[in-house]
Amino acid sequence: MSILVLAEHHDGHLAGSTASVVAAARQIVDSSGGDIDLLLAGEDVGAIAEQAARLDGVARVRVADHAVYAHQLAEPLADLLVALADDYSHVLASSSTIGKNVLPRLAALKDVAQLSDVLDVVSADTFKRPIYAGNAIATVQSSDALKVITVRTTAFDAVGENNSAPVEAVATVADNALSTFVGEELAQSERPELGGAQVVISGGRGMGNGENFQLLDGIADKLGAAIGASRAAVDAGFVSNDMQVGQTGKIVAPELYIAVGISGAIQHLAGMKDSKVIVAINKDDEAPIFQVADYGLVGDLFQILPELEQAL
Amino acid sequence: MKILVAVKRVIDYNVKIRVKADHSDVDLTNVKMAMNPFCEIAVEEAVRLKESGEVTEIVVVTVGPKAAQEQLRTALALGADRAIHVETDARVDSLAVAKLLKSVIDDEQPGLTILGKQAIDTDNNQTGQMLAALTGLGQGTFASKVDVKDGTVDVTREIDGGLQTVSLTLPAVVTTDLRLNEPRYAKLPDIMKAKKKPLDTKTPEELGVDIASWVSLVQVETPAERKGGIKVGSVDELVDKLKNEAKVIA
Ligand SMILES: Cc1cc2nc3c(=O)[nH]c(=O)nc-3n(C[C@H](O)[C@H](O)[C@H](O)COP(=O)(O)OP(=O)(O)OC[C@H]3O[C@@H](n4cnc5c(N)ncnc54)[C@H](O)[C@@H]3O)c2cc1C
Ligand SMILES: Nc1ncnc2c1ncn2[C@@H]1O[C@H](COP(=O)(O)O)[C@@H](O)[C@H]1O
Repeated sequence: MSILVLAEHHDGHLAGSTASVVAAARQIVDSSGGDIDLLLAGEDVGAIAEQAARLDGVARVRVADHAVYAHQLAEPLADLLVALADDYSHVLASSSTIGKNVLPRLAALKDVAQLSDVLDVVSADTFKRPIYAGNAIATVQSSDALKVITVRTTAFDAVGENNSAPVEAVATVADNALSTFVGEELAQSERPELGGAQVVISGGRGMGNGENFQLLDGIADKLGAAIGASRAAVDAGFVSNDMQVGQTGKIVAPELYIAVGISGAIQHLAGMKDSKVIVAINKDDEAPIFQVADYGLVGDLFQILPELEQAL
Repeated sequence: MKILVAVKRVIDYNVKIRVKADHSDVDLTNVKMAMNPFCEIAVEEAVRLKESGEVTEIVVVTVGPKAAQEQLRTALALGADRAIHVETDARVDSLAVAKLLKSVIDDEQPGLTILGKQAIDTDNNQTGQMLAALTGLGQGTFASKVDVKDGTVDVTREIDGGLQTVSLTLPAVVTTDLRLNEPRYAKLPDIMKAKKKPLDTKTPEELGVDIASWVSLVQVETPAERKGGIKVGSVDELVDKLKNEAKVIA
């Protein structure tokens, strides 16, 4: 029983979420034994392999270095995973847009189910996962020979980086006639990544327009926070889609979450209600967000935000 | 070109769910049901492609109990031409749905198949990817823009870092994200007309698909409720609480 973890990387760096997926894998091998291998697929990923090799608990890093993996397209990545999967009892990836794109494809090619967004390992074959926007938690047991799982990384503490696992190349499957990469528009930000930030401050429709999101900047600077948004703010074009927090956006669980001008729809709560401390700023004292907020401040955000920046 | 759209009947997104007392599942008795919001977006996209002349026929399909025909009728009222109901009362997981949809694709040979990215009941986000795998087609998941060309389709995808555009060889499978379009409402005359549009019923057995699952639902729990906290009277009080009570800022 060994586990293959699909490593995630962006811009030449290993994504922090990979260390949390390895943590989930460790909980599985703790109960069943076996090794954890990392699969790193991409183009010119040598330096990332060195970062990956440091993750505690990893037995080896298997590297598929080829142009066909450069943009992490699902079709060639799934084919690669299919070629390797027979050596493993579990394949894990983060429930990022890459993991969600690739792992169901792998599962179907292996004729097994896929478990999405696992947030607790009960045993090697039994897991907990959120359903209905996190308003219920299902315990599911799989008797498939191969378990294909995406992991909610905010639910697992990252492993340390004191290892030096061997790095090995794997034979690559290079053919992809189905899809080609055309281009991408990536949001540039100096701020921490939403998924891993200690503090998140999010704006909603109440922000009024995109320019007003600058009111969050000074506060985010002082707190080292990532900036998020509700769906309404993204739909209205205030900010880009990568900032959406919620059932169908990013899941965050920071030490401190500050919701500004956000009403608190269940779909938004699904993405942030596991935060340690929640602050809500809203002019409607009956906004549902106050039902989950540890500290609520009723008032006009345009008055409160500058004051808050001052007070920090 | 023919287009196939898969829609699922789910709990209405506004409903606050309850877990059954015996923890076997979520209680759906007397709960308002509706078309999965992402499937509404899929239907809308198909209708727009038809309106722009790229598509000649829209076939809508669902897998589910008899009552799921309501959602097929809704899709017909919105502009689908024909419906296929794969009828079963069983709990059908995403892999089995993908197998059933594959058999419909084998039959219908659509140029493009559109699904929602995620059903808001199971929150699986799998079926489109699985269907693409089983049919050997390319996949454009989490689409915020779909641009059909000659023999290919460009799909702009919402990814964690922003947007990515891929070009897929047709036929292909697309799954919708929230910002692909804003679905229209069905008009009363169209709802009347939809009653006369063709709706075929099939069973998984007739399609020759085994829908057995190797995953069992052991139990369903309500997550720990967050207790509401307090209201503070001022920014200074808030900052003081965060520093000295919650100790989350320095
Ligand atoms: C399938 C589906 C998936 C979804 N996924 C997500 C998701 O992932 N994430 C998400 O966020 N939503 C999601 N939604 C949308 C969700 O249902 C809500 O519509 C959305 O969260 C509302 O955003 P909002 O709170 O910013 O806007 P609103 O509900 O309009 O709330 C705005 C708030 O701002 C307050 N306000 C206005 N002006 C001021 C002011 N000057 N000062 C202080 N407060 C002010 C108002 O009192 C109000 O409470 C989804 C919906 C569906 C159907
Ligand atoms: N029972 C079903 N019948 C028809 N389509 C379905 C069914 N289940 C899932 N789908 C399609 O697959 C999409 C994603 O669902 P899921 O992978 O279950 O989250 C949905 O938005 C539908 O388009």
